[in-house]
Amino acid sequence: MNAPARPVASAALPESLFSVPGMRCAACISKLEDGLPRIAGIAAARVNLTAKRVTISHAETMTPPDLRAAIARLGFEAQPLASVLADSGNTESAGLLRAMAVAGFAAMNIMLLSVSVWSGATGATRDMFHWLSALIALPAIAYAGRPFFKSAYAALRAGHTNMDVPISIGVVLASALSLFETMTGGAHAYFDSATMLLFFLLTGRWLDSVMRDRARDGVTALLRSTAPGALVLGDDGHSAWLAATALRPGMTMLLAAGDRLAADGIILSGRSHFDRSLLTGESVPVLAETGALVLAGTRNIDAPVSVRVTAAGAETAIADIARLMDKATQAKSRYVRIADRAARLYAPAVHTLALLSFAGWMFAGAGWHASLLIAVAVLIITCPCALGLAVPAAQIVATGALLRAGVLIKDGSALERLAEADHACFDKTGTLTLGRPEPVSLQGLDRTQMSVALALARASRHPLSAALRGALEAQGVTAAPVADIGEVPGEGMVGLFDGVVVRLGRPNATRAAGPAAAQPEGMACTLEIAGQPPVTLHFTDQLRPDTAATICALAGLGIGSAILSGDSAAAVAPVAATLGLEAQAGLLPQQKLAAIEALTLTGAKVLMVGDGLNDGPALAAGHVSMAPASASDASQNAADAVFMGDSLIPVVTAIRVARATQAIVRQNFMLAIGYNVIAVPLAIAGIVTPLIAALAMSGSSLIVVANALRLRRLVK
Amino acid sequence: MSGVALLIPIALLLGLLGLVAFFWSLRNGQYDDLDGAAVRILIDDEDRPDA
Repeated sequence: MNAPARPVASAALPESLFSVPGMRCAACISKLEDGLPRIAGIAAARVNLTAKRVTISHAETMTPPDLRAAIARLGFEAQPLASVLADSGNTESAGLLRAMAVAGFAAMNIMLLSVSVWSGATGATRDMFHWLSALIALPAIAYAGRPFFKSAYAALRAGHTNMDVPISIGVVLASALSLFETMTGGAHAYFDSATMLLFFLLTGRWLDSVMRDRARDGVTALLRSTAPGALVLGDDGHSAWLAATALRPGMTMLLAAGDRLAADGIILSGRSHFDRSLLTGESVPVLAETGALVLAGTRNIDAPVSVRVTAAGAETAIADIARLMDKATQAKSRYVRIADRAARLYAPAVHTLALLSFAGWMFAGAGWHASLLIAVAVLIITCPCALGLAVPAAQIVATGALLRAGVLIKDGSALERLAEADHACFDKTGTLTLGRPEPVSLQGLDRTQMSVALALARASRHPLSAALRGALEAQGVTAAPVADIGEVPGEGMVGLFDGVVVRLGRPNATRAAGPAAAQPEGMACTLEIAGQPPVTLHFTDQLRPDTAATICALAGLGIGSAILSGDSAAAVAPVAATLGLEAQAGLLPQQKLAAIEALTLTGAKVLMVGDGLNDGPALAAGHVSMAPASASDASQNAADAVFMGDSLIPVVTAIRVARATQAIVRQNFMLAIGYNVIAVPLAIAGIVTPLIAALAMSGSSLIVVANALRLRRLVK
Repeated sequence: MSGVALLIPIALLLGLLGLVAFFWSLRNGQYDDLDGAAVRILIDDEDRPDA
């Protein structure tokens, strides 16, 4: 290998973990892995490209902002990750994969031996092969069967039954009986069926788990969005870096432009715009001056400020929302997967059937040994192998197809719930609308004004400036030579052009009168060139493309829609009128949550679509929820599905595919029942040998998987 | 029969070897960064004096 995996040196050094979303190629890897160790204080760096993370081992004196700056010097934006959250990863998937490998190994080797037995090996050879099979099967079953045994035990203790109960009983009984057969030199051992069953089921279980792994824990993301610490000014005038957990009310934080707040506080000095999109989903920054309350998770945009901490850690507004989300998520976890619902009917039926055939043959005078053999054959034949494999197979095909269509579904249960949705609630800003301002009145500008505006807008980080720059550059405008460009914090950009002062900034800074006053604050800006009348540029938040078509298509699917917005009634009304939807405006996160819960109480299965952190609790509470990829991390994680791009159509596509998947799953259930109707009488009649059981089991599994693969064409 | 007595242990041993190799690779983190592994081959050694 050209670039060997170099271990991150000596374990004694502290390690920090950063998420670097911008890296995507080999050059990025070598840039980071070679560049970082050259910086004093950094010993080694190791990149994980799949997870887009870099692990840095460094001297104790390096603080997270130092490291972040070091990564920034190499040209990458990085977010520190709390290291405890780092390996939240796929331990469950890895465990299932190991169990699956063991079951697969055992099944293949036992099959090798079983085929010789079926081909006519008798006497001592058969006995020896049975003993060998037992030797492989028993430890393998004890190891690979644990996920099922544990889950079945937990379900029985809680007084209900799930899919794992019949599986566990079937596997344990089959192994015990086969062991007895082996010891007494009998003809039939079911070791191959038992291990093959586990292998198929573990494959299904593993697919399900892989699907879930794509999702990240909502709380993890919330913590990542908060800055992990702040620069704190001590009494002696020195400043020191403190982790977020060490911040206490009364401390003074120094916040540079571009930093995220680690705690709630009041501004002591300075004035700056704050990006609150993480908390409210609103894209327009708000101006905060001395004495204003600023919240953890918001980002300081243009000027350094000092902030006195009023609440830290679990007391902050962002932590409150996290708690609400946590609570709302618990309600969702009460949902019972379709396979488990089927098992509630299936398991008792199967066990009664096996018991009845045992009793029947005993009554007919077959002897307990022969009767038990038949009962075990019934259990093995009816073991829900096809079901356990068919549901995740259909769902992973569907999620794969949806991924290509730009919808990321978090897990199988989300897909099932999506198919059941009969009511949709939309957030306004960022969900029905694009959530980013677009200039609407550029025609009012002449060539010179445009190029001056571009020169000034290029120098600012304000979202309106970014929108203006994008629109002007798209029109092919080139920037005018504006000199001495400077930013007046909270006011705008100022510069010199051809010897006159030019200014781009807040409309009400110099003259509040005129049409600008009627606009919502922050959605307009003024361009002033000394000696000319000022021009006010207006911005609007456009509806996403296909919004009306989406609402229409949802109605066609029998899903009624409504708007739940945190914005003012005046801002919501035009959108509601355009789309012909009922709307509730001015809702707090708690009120959104309450609105969803009220709908749920009336029996509706609510699909919540939202993007802001203020939608988080509602997203977690909805029967199922979706968020656009532009949403805050926490909302993306609270949602069951995330869709890419500007269009809203993926919402409809996702529901269509979910319903198609559900239809296939139901077909698979019918196939499995049909197969049982044919095979069970044979088993009860005592005709089923281990050979027939093995054939029937793999045959039925293949049929349902093949049927699931049909989805690939259906959802194209 | 004596052939079988030799071949079966060999078959089992080879199977077991595969299983052990798979476990080792899983534990060794060989599957942790599949995308990274795919592009690391493109990094030139000349650019990495310490590699």
